[in-house]
Amino acid sequence: MGWPGVSAASRGLCSCLVCGLVSRLDDDRRDAHCPRCGARLHFRRPDSLQRCWALVIASYILYLPANLMTMMETGTLISYRTDTIMSGVIHLWENDNQGIAVIVFVASILVPLFKLLVLTLLLISVRRGSTWKIRTRVQLYRVVELVGRWSMLDIFVMTILAALVQIQSMATVKAGPAAVAFGAVVVLTMFAAQVFDPRLMWDPVRKEKPL
Amino acid sequence: MNDTPQNPEPAVEGAAIPNAVIERRKRRSSQLIWLIPTIALIIGLSLIARTWMEKGPVITISFKSGDGIEAGKTKIKYKDVQIGLVRSVTIAKDRSSVLVTADIAKDAEGFLKADTRFWVVRPRISGSSISGLGTLTAGSYIGMDVGSSSEDRNSFVGLEAPPAVTLDEAGRQFVLHADDVGSLSTGSPIFYRHLQVGEVLSVELDKDGENVLLRVFIRSPYDRFVRNRTLFWHASGIDFSLNADGFKVNTESLLSIMMGGIAFQTPEDADDAPQAEAGRHFMLFSTKTEALRRLDSIVENYRLVFRESVRGLTVGAPVDLRGLTVGEVTRITGELDPATRQVAMAVNIRFYPERIKTRPRAGKTTPSSPGIGSRELLDGMVKQGVRAQLRSGNLLTGQQFIALDYFPDAAPARINWRSLPPELPTVIGMMGQFQQSLMKIVLKLEQLPLQELTTDTRKAVQSLDATLQSADKLLQNLDANLVPETRKLFEEARNALDSANRTLGTVRQAMATDGPLQLDLRDTLRELGRAAAALRQLGTYLEQHPEALLKGKQEDRR
Repeated sequence: MGWPGVSAASRGLCSCLVCGLVSRLDDDRRDAHCPRCGARLHFRRPDSLQRCWALVIASYILYLPANLMTMMETGTLISYRTDTIMSGVIHLWENDNQGIAVIVFVASILVPLFKLLVLTLLLISVRRGSTWKIRTRVQLYRVVELVGRWSMLDIFVMTILAALVQIQSMATVKAGPAAVAFGAVVVLTMFAAQVFDPRLMWDPVRKEKPL
Repeated sequence: MNDTPQNPEPAVEGAAIPNAVIERRKRRSSQLIWLIPTIALIIGLSLIARTWMEKGPVITISFKSGDGIEAGKTKIKYKDVQIGLVRSVTIAKDRSSVLVTADIAKDAEGFLKADTRFWVVRPRISGSSISGLGTLTAGSYIGMDVGSSSEDRNSFVGLEAPPAVTLDEAGRQFVLHADDVGSLSTGSPIFYRHLQVGEVLSVELDKDGENVLLRVFIRSPYDRFVRNRTLFWHASGIDFSLNADGFKVNTESLLSIMMGGIAFQTPEDADDAPQAEAGRHFMLFSTKTEALRRLDSIVENYRLVFRESVRGLTVGAPVDLRGLTVGEVTRITGELDPATRQVAMAVNIRFYPERIKTRPRAGKTTPSSPGIGSRELLDGMVKQGVRAQLRSGNLLTGQQFIALDYFPDAAPARINWRSLPPELPTVIGMMGQFQQSLMKIVLKLEQLPLQELTTDTRKAVQSLDATLQSADKLLQNLDANLVPETRKLFEEARNALDSANRTLGTVRQAMATDGPLQLDLRDTLRELGRAAAALRQLGTYLEQHPEALLKGKQEDRR
């Protein structure tokens, strides 16, 4: 895998992640700031892997209750049901709303899981200094960053329904404990994706091929 | 990092690139980030722990049908509070029932006792109540009644109908034995002095099918009125009874007419009896009179064998000793006597010896009223000619009863104490006697030479016919000859009578008060009176003056 140029870090240069200004940094000091916008400057995000790991693990932990516990309680005059995410998907599917079922399933179950797995994969590969399919991994990372917030679809639906459908005894919609966990998973994975420094992925390439 | 001058691209290094500003700030520890997964772990663990702790037992209930039970929807409620949810409904392997698997809330775990009962609450309309209307809109649910057993259980057999009384209701259950269930059913009311105090919980046959067992529940505080000697009887609807006493109609309250019911009462003399413990067995009598009648503490069974028809004799028919009911019929069976190859009717009776009180003999003090044992009593009675006899109690209905009466002419007999129950001697009943004499007549009739009699009769009839024919001729003769003569005779007789009549008229005329004959007669009589007076004067004169006959009447000398 051919690689043009050298890393900016190796030249003592560091770009601001906020305003994009490249500035000179003598050594990787933790208290360096961008001379233009004042944002903190790092060659590589400090403790990126550690923080990302922490957030990913927390997301894994919360992913379980998010899927196993009650997401939504709907009560009407004649019926009362509690739904987890999956039972809601099944319910939608059985009631001939396959399209919505697929959307909910993808947005609420597949995407968070995908994000978690991708982040884990990235973390492990970076930790091991692997250069395996690095371009694909970088693409995956971009997808994760892009798609992250859309997982909140379920939470949005929930929030709107719970706010709108409150006709006391006639019909009520309430968010269950899983909603909080699920929201936490989405937010944590977003943070994890943000905390992860993709530049770390390229470091092993340079080490493999010292210039 | 290594900012070395050996860089291959020196163009990058320009003065245009500003230096980073170094600001000393206090840094947080990078380890703080681990707080997030720790908190997540704590939350997650606590959620898991809570769900695990909240997760109660899983129970299975079997029902005859899964009507109205839906997996994931049907709730299990205790006192109308949801404590569980049906997870699945499956058919049992032997296809005899429906198995309902349900999750029960953790805090309701203690409710799952061996005698906890479950039933499906559906809209239900019974004789006395309408219940479960709420289930019309909200769907059926499974009701529950928590038992009191100390044994825990996870599989139950569901009831088909809701129990009339829940177990936590204060009160006591009793068991009643009845010959017949009548119009009673589960939920039938129980009355104490016409106040509803309980319900029938269940009706079932006992093991050998001879009796009906009724489980009843008497609500507190009325259960304390049930004592060891309390009597229960059917207070069901309208009671028609037809027996040797005649025709009777009894009615109780309107509810009991519809539903049937049971009433109970403790006899006055048993008020001091201890309160009956729960589960005690009682007899259920068919009527109040029957219940109150059976206060006898000594009951003896005897057997009577009749060789005649027992038609009209029913179980419960009285055993009568000169008008006093001393027992009743309990069983009527036919028995083939192997020795004589005759079918005899065996009648079992219940005998209350207490009802025959022996008079204490002078000098001897007998503390108990029956005095001598009933064995001696009956032996003595039989020796004096007491026999059992079938009698017709009611000619209209043909009901029969058993009479114990004195038959001094009866053949000597003894009580067979060895048979079980002891056998009392019997004599043939009045109907039997009547039938026997009738049979005798019939037999005699059969013995008559009917054939000859018929021939003779025919002959007699023939001759009679001839006789009648000649008689007819004679009558015709008489008609032809005698009748004209007779008419003449009648005419003459009428003439004679007419003249007689006329004569009598004349006589009546003559005899009238103012008739000439009367006047003449009266004058004549008057003359005759005068003549008689003169004659008396003459007589008197002659008595005094007999010489006057010769000398004639002297002129008045005095």
